[in-house]
Amino acid sequence: MTPLAFYSSRSGNTARLIDRLGLGGTPLPPVGDPPRMDAPFVLVTPTYADGEGRGAVPKPVIRFLNHAPTRALLRGVIACGNRNFGETFALAGDVIARKCGVPVLARVELAGTETDIIRIRAGLSHLFADLEAPCSIPA
Amino acid sequence: MKDFAQTRPVPRAINWNRIEDDKDLEIWNRLTANFWLPEKVPLSNDLQSWSRLTDEERTLTIRVFTGLTLLDTIQNAVGAPALMPDAATPHEESVLTNIAFMEAVHARSYSSVFSTLCTTAEVDEAFRWSAENDHLQAKARLILDEYDATASPLRRKVASVFLESFLFYSGFYLPMHFSSRGRLTNTADLIRLIIRDEAIHGYYIGYKFQRGMEKLTEAERQEMKDFAFGLLFELYEIEARYTEELYDPMGLTEDVKAFLHYNANKALQNLGFEALFPDEACRVNPAILAALSPGSDENHDFFSGSGSSYVIGKTVATEDEDWDF
Repeated sequence: MTPLAFYSSRSGNTARLIDRLGLGGTPLPPVGDPPRMDAPFVLVTPTYADGEGRGAVPKPVIRFLNHAPTRALLRGVIACGNRNFGETFALAGDVIARKCGVPVLARVELAGTETDIIRIRAGLSHLFADLEAPCSIPA
Repeated sequence: MKDFAQTRPVPRAINWNRIEDDKDLEIWNRLTANFWLPEKVPLSNDLQSWSRLTDEERTLTIRVFTGLTLLDTIQNAVGAPALMPDAATPHEESVLTNIAFMEAVHARSYSSVFSTLCTTAEVDEAFRWSAENDHLQAKARLILDEYDATASPLRRKVASVFLESFLFYSGFYLPMHFSSRGRLTNTADLIRLIIRDEAIHGYYIGYKFQRGMEKLTEAERQEMKDFAFGLLFELYEIEARYTEELYDPMGLTEDVKAFLHYNANKALQNLGFEALFPDEACRVNPAILAALSPGSDENHDFFSGSGSSYVIGKTVATEDEDWDF
């Protein structure tokens, strides 16, 4: 079991990444009340920054993370973006990592490559195996 | 006598407080926030670096930039305007006017580079070269034919995304290559501003393409996808020849081709399609990737197994009022 939560706008890149990972995931709605998580999870998010890095984290993701009990269960973030945006590539991951004290697990471009899919599946599998081991649940 | 049948209807005044597609406002805001002019970049700081290039490198640079100028000229004067009658919302039309204008800024920027670094004779020769280069003319022709085909708004979008997200990259490679070696770094800064804009253009037009695809039958969608992959193959063949002609003398052709494959896949993703080229064909030189997004690889991600992902980088503007914690 690999609990993922993700936001994808209608351009669909993040949703395609989630589809290809084949691990399921809880979608965050563009408007309205976000879902609440009750087990450790990883967030997958696109990046929407302007040239100065403003607005990197999509609003639905901010609304989702504003719920403290949900936020406490966040174990890491996977950020989608595009290297063509230079220094702000996948910046949403860095912003969330800093604010929530979790690692950026992976940065991928658009919907990800086959190599990204393999790397993320393997990484998530290790991460959640560690989390499920009774002695290594992070405080 | 006046032919009233030809009279265009008065359009409805655009109301930005009634948005039909949120993406229009999102992209308008992003594009306008990113507005820039070439005067912002101190190109003259590259004079010394320019003088240290070989004659061959200088000629290649000017030629590559005239090729890019041609693509921007097409997108400014034909491509973006050709998409306007197909717009699904009035706000999309407005976004396209921004795209059209920024393409003019891009085309104008190359002339700023030329006037700063080059002699008039060198530049005139390169513009003659671009007007006569078979590969450059052939790719322009393929794109223009799609823009002029009256039947299909979606085919126009495919052509536009391929121009924005694929065709520019045989040219963008060179300033990224120089920049990775500390040469022409101010010119590279200017090119990165162009790359940033083109990425949003390709993303947005690709998004509108996907919305259009949703209205088609399954059979029509398949036909459109076949068309897109077919056009990409045709363009790729030309790009491969163009790349060989330009970069063979510097021994960079294979490196550039990996970059072309990588960008072709990204163009397809903008259209909502899967990648065409396998990952092995897309192993872009890490120096080029680092030149594209400087600084972004300083914090290695956790799953790549190197570095500390807990070390978070530079301070950036975030809207703290949006975060309760």
